[in-house]
Amino acid sequence: MLQRSGNGGGYDWDELVQPDRVHRLIYADPEIFQRELTHVFGAVWVYLAHESQIPNNNDFITGKLGLRPIIICRDNDGKVRALYNRCTHRGTTLCRWEKGNSRSFQCPYHGWSYLNNGRIRGVPWPDGYAVDFRDPKFNLAQVPRVESYRGFIFGTLNMDAPSLANYLGPIRKPMDEWIDRNPGGKIVVCEANRLKFKGNWKLAYDNSADGYHVIYSHRSLIETEARFNDGEKGMSYYKNSPDKLAMYVAYTGNGHHYKDKRPNLQKRDGGLWAIESFHPGMEHVAEKLRAQLGARAEAVLDYAGSEPMNINVFPNLSLLGNHIQVIEPVSVDETNAVWYGTKIEDVDGTIGDDVLREINTLRMRTQEGFPNLGEVDDITNFEQIQRGLACLEDEWIYMNRGMDMPERFRTDDEGVIYGPATDEVFMREYIMKWKRLMQSEPQLTVQREP
Amino acid sequence: MNAPGMPNHDPSRFSYYVTDAFYADLVAAYTDWQRDDRVVDDIAVRERVRLLLEREARLLDQYRYEEWLTLYLPNFVYWVPATPDGGDPRVQVAVTFDDRRRTEDRIFRFRTGYAWSQAPPSRTVRLIGNVEVFRTASPTELMVRSNFITSEFWDNETRMLTGWAGHRLMQQDGHWLIQCKQVNLINCDQSLRNPSIIL
Repeated sequence: MLQRSGNGGGYDWDELVQPDRVHRLIYADPEIFQRELTHVFGAVWVYLAHESQIPNNNDFITGKLGLRPIIICRDNDGKVRALYNRCTHRGTTLCRWEKGNSRSFQCPYHGWSYLNNGRIRGVPWPDGYAVDFRDPKFNLAQVPRVESYRGFIFGTLNMDAPSLANYLGPIRKPMDEWIDRNPGGKIVVCEANRLKFKGNWKLAYDNSADGYHVIYSHRSLIETEARFNDGEKGMSYYKNSPDKLAMYVAYTGNGHHYKDKRPNLQKRDGGLWAIESFHPGMEHVAEKLRAQLGARAEAVLDYAGSEPMNINVFPNLSLLGNHIQVIEPVSVDETNAVWYGTKIEDVDGTIGDDVLREINTLRMRTQEGFPNLGEVDDITNFEQIQRGLACLEDEWIYMNRGMDMPERFRTDDEGVIYGPATDEVFMREYIMKWKRLMQSEPQLTVQREP
Repeated sequence: MNAPGMPNHDPSRFSYYVTDAFYADLVAAYTDWQRDDRVVDDIAVRERVRLLLEREARLLDQYRYEEWLTLYLPNFVYWVPATPDGGDPRVQVAVTFDDRRRTEDRIFRFRTGYAWSQAPPSRTVRLIGNVEVFRTASPTELMVRSNFITSEFWDNETRMLTGWAGHRLMQQDGHWLIQCKQVNLINCDQSLRNPSIIL
């Protein structure tokens, strides 16, 4: 069995991550998980929140950067910040609410208080201190680099990291297409289907673009979608030779990748709606909109349809259908997978208020479908992988589908690799990126207001 | 579930009843309904309602879904909000907001044999208590609040799912049938592990 050796945290990373397989320890070893909290959830741009969750000055939500509790807020001047949710006095978390609006945060333990730009505002009985509280060391630590890409807020502790735009690179193209699907390209987060599983966070990231698992892991859903025998619905196109279809998977670099099922659709308005499986209210809304809008109804109904893309931004963000899925590591063998619902806005007035309201309500129902009837089965399989990893002597996990078959791939000028939908090429590529991160020695830092 | 010859608006097959008016009526019914001045203290009514809830719990524990569905109106909703205040299903996703067809989808899925999250199926025992019945403006409509503790054995573990349910009952041909079951898990806004049973 693999033994720990001398380099990069005591592991031989080239032994753990090989071209065709990875060692069970990368999912099961608590020390590797600890290292991920700095070398991944710290060293690269990590998704923190969507701007629609903090639309106004002084709005905040609480969240995590890896395991670090943070407050993501829009300060009194409108600047988006990610404050460590940790009193500089004794380390207590300052804010225990999930969201709200506040210009300051006061520690519930001894009453130190801070403005939402991170500056200390005051402490009780300062005459008992011989220090000058204007010293920046008493201001809250905060994530030194916070940037947004089209509403998606990311942060990193690594001053040497590239700009967010460079980090995202070519994955911006499918992200743009996902965002621009509705006129004006504005979405708003609206609650979430929140799931958890007793398994390593990478099991979720491995899965999001995996076209190979669909027909087996989701067999119950595919059979359910077909129970009325009324045409191709939902994920039915996976049933026969999915590799021969126009859909594909693409690896775009830096661990990011996407699966694009759009080429399977009929190229017309309503092509997406035509394969939508069954959701509460759908026939009523469709008939009403068709009566009201005529041919234009088809394009509008597509806004309620589940966009057939699985876009994965390393390490913790996925755009799946109409969801923003966030992967939150809890421990080496526990993970939250939070599927935030989204609604659309009518930025330029082309949809109309009444139609927008109907479409967004229908969109709530379409979004509830997969977490309820599909994701629960995946998550069960993730947990059962974690259980299988208890077989200490059976060490390897394979991700070699399509490997050594160059005729299955093409690489474009930007270095994006395209392959058939069931290929594991994206897994092999992202885990190599992961390995390079784990081998590196990033310098992480926090910032405090001067 | 999909009997031949049924009219097109068969709610097992098509979803026409979840309309604007349906949502508006539902949200209104679930607003400000647990009022002391509306408590029903008639023992006979309370007993009837309690029997209905206990029967529902037993049928679900025994996977007797067809019989369970007979407790419901044709056009019903099974609703598990994702926010502790219930929220508004028109503008928020819920943990679950199922009409009849999706509820039957859920049951169909369990029985495919490939619903890995329920293979083997959870075993459940439901305890129901604190049943309070409330009058509404309509004599043929009642609201019921009950607390529940559901013990669920799954994957070598027993866990507790707890919360309270708000049943909206409507009288039809002398019987009280369920028009909506709103299940308020106390941790509904937190991450849930394998939320795949019908609560």
